[in-house]
Amino acid sequence: MNKARIRWHILVFLAPAVIVYSAVMVFPLFNTLRLALYSRVDQERVFVGLENFRTLFFDPIWSEQFWNALGNNFWFFIVHMLVQNPIGIALAALLSHPRLRFAALYRSAIFIPTILSFVIVGFAWKLILSPIWGIAPGMLDWVGLKSLYAPWLGKEEYALTTLALVSVWQFIGIPMMLIYAALLTIPEEILEAGEVDGITGLSAFWKIKLPLILPSIGIISILTFVGNFNAFDLIYAAQGALAGPDFSTDILGTFMYRTFFGFQLQLGDPHMGSAIAGAMFAIILIGVCIYLFGIQTRMRRYQL
Amino acid sequence: MTRNTIGIALLTTALATTSALADDVTLNIESWRNDDLKLWQEKIIPAFEAQNPGIKVNFTPSAPAEYNAVLNSKLDAGSAGDIITCRPFDASLALYEAGHLADLSGLDAMSNFSDVAKSAWQTDDGSASFCVPMASVIHGFIYNKDAFADLGIAVPETEDEFFAALEAIKADGSYIPMAMGTNDQWEAATMGYNNIGPNYWKGEEGRLALIAGDQKLTDEAWVAPYATLARWGAYLGDGYEAQTYPDSQNIFTLGRAAIYPAGSWEVSGFNSLADFEMGAFKPPVRKAGDTCYISDHTDIGIGMNAATANPEAAQTFLAWVASPEFATIFANALPGFFPLSSAPVEIADPLAAEFVSWRGECESTIRSTYQILSRGTPNLENDTWGASVAAIKGASSPEELGQKLQDGLASWYTPQQ
Repeated sequence: MNKARIRWHILVFLAPAVIVYSAVMVFPLFNTLRLALYSRVDQERVFVGLENFRTLFFDPIWSEQFWNALGNNFWFFIVHMLVQNPIGIALAALLSHPRLRFAALYRSAIFIPTILSFVIVGFAWKLILSPIWGIAPGMLDWVGLKSLYAPWLGKEEYALTTLALVSVWQFIGIPMMLIYAALLTIPEEILEAGEVDGITGLSAFWKIKLPLILPSIGIISILTFVGNFNAFDLIYAAQGALAGPDFSTDILGTFMYRTFFGFQLQLGDPHMGSAIAGAMFAIILIGVCIYLFGIQTRMRRYQL
Repeated sequence: MTRNTIGIALLTTALATTSALADDVTLNIESWRNDDLKLWQEKIIPAFEAQNPGIKVNFTPSAPAEYNAVLNSKLDAGSAGDIITCRPFDASLALYEAGHLADLSGLDAMSNFSDVAKSAWQTDDGSASFCVPMASVIHGFIYNKDAFADLGIAVPETEDEFFAALEAIKADGSYIPMAMGTNDQWEAATMGYNNIGPNYWKGEEGRLALIAGDQKLTDEAWVAPYATLARWGAYLGDGYEAQTYPDSQNIFTLGRAAIYPAGSWEVSGFNSLADFEMGAFKPPVRKAGDTCYISDHTDIGIGMNAATANPEAAQTFLAWVASPEFATIFANALPGFFPLSSAPVEIADPLAAEFVSWRGECESTIRSTYQILSRGTPNLENDTWGASVAAIKGASSPEELGQKLQDGLASWYTPQQ
């Protein structure tokens, strides 16, 4: 029997990616999780087991902030799921319409915000919505709706939703592009066969196209979930690390940043910060697992 | 541990190599005063380098809001500069205790400073000083003299006069009575609560009693300022909830607002932006004839990175910073930051001179939350930001805010339990 030859080239070609990925992703991840199990007592780092997590979930001061941030995170995610993804799908459906003129122009225009930096988006929207220099009050005035204007970013009840919608504005291009690509792969024959059977227009979308793009919608949902629960930049750029007003826009990312690095007179606590990072990791992991094992495996796929 | 040793070894090699290549020793200064970059580069550093050939100085500031986080990360990574600009109190104390700041008690020039000035950068028992006191800032209100003259309003001395003035400006309608927003939160606490508060809690007396546990944040003296802040809301501009700190600065310097609750650090910036005459008045007292108290807050110190490769050069620099010569350059180049050295310094800028003149009339104190009381979780300073904003917006009653702050403080601070 021939001994299987070790195929070195596989190792050689894998090595760069594996080394880079381990060094910048895997090692820091596990080291952060390890850090969460320690605490600093009198300049000494001591092992405290799950004590930091107990503080985070059960100490009234910490848990109040944690649940507030988690709740805000869910609201941030829900707004994206209810606004970003349906509009993204609708835009993709419109763009894939064969008789639409200037489709390429619309496609680029809608996608461009996605490539802008968070800082630019945060700053630009802050200016647009500013009660003092912003164009939002003026534009509402032109159409006679000045009374609808409020300093949204400064009001507890509106700030988070406003920022979620800014984020939707920025990232609407992603679901649009993914769905658009999925729609293009649907063969003409299927649609024509449907037409012969009398399924045209909107009902063709609901009965033929939508079931065929469901797997893509699933992927978009999970990407949105991961992106939203890792979000930080936009809130930080627009509202700062204290995520005002009164923590109404505080999400796990800003809570983690404030705890880990400190803020103003509050000193940084890398151990509690890591515990929050660990909790974020667990939440995202659970969410992704629910999707992978609970939803994706049951989704019906059609051979095209 | 091993990793740290290797890290330090690598770092020292790197530093040794650079200093071997260059003839001069170069000192890097970490700071959050990115507004002062020009001043350091054009005035302070040339003055120092002229007297100390062989030492080059680099001023490398970062953004104020990020400074503490950036500095801590750099120090832990061993990549921080030789000279560290010190935040007052606990942030620097923690750096000293972690071994990042060198003990400067032995520096001769430290004798140029009073004990009060040094207190912001000492261990709790006062045995070690780790930063040279550089500057303090004074709180008060800056006003638009032209606007006051137009409307025929006198500078308010008491609280009643203050609100009467605000009411008169509002009734006239051509100016926003007061330029402040609550979006960034800290102005409400720093320029609001800690600006007017010392008149209520009698400055040092109340502040020290709070630290000792003899007064509580639910006492009248600590709650009443929130009730006063609640009356401010009506006189801030439309949409003040989303108005940021730079917005407020711009509104005032464009001449659209009459009064600006200020810290003296605004003076140099405002001088270059505003084309109307400005004056300043101290926080109004509650009743005519009351002793006035001002927040004269020790704000900037400067110390030495314990891990610096050039300790002698760094000490030479710090000794110079402690000298009256530096105090004179600094005070006049940066009106609004007042040197803490005991030697008297002549300040030419009229607005800054007005601020500093209050030192003679009123009792000085520092911000109530800065010493010791913001050590625990929840952080009293951060909570005070939120509480001051809630007071101005009228979201909570002053009593509720006092109770919430007291509960938070009592949860970790033994003297308050």
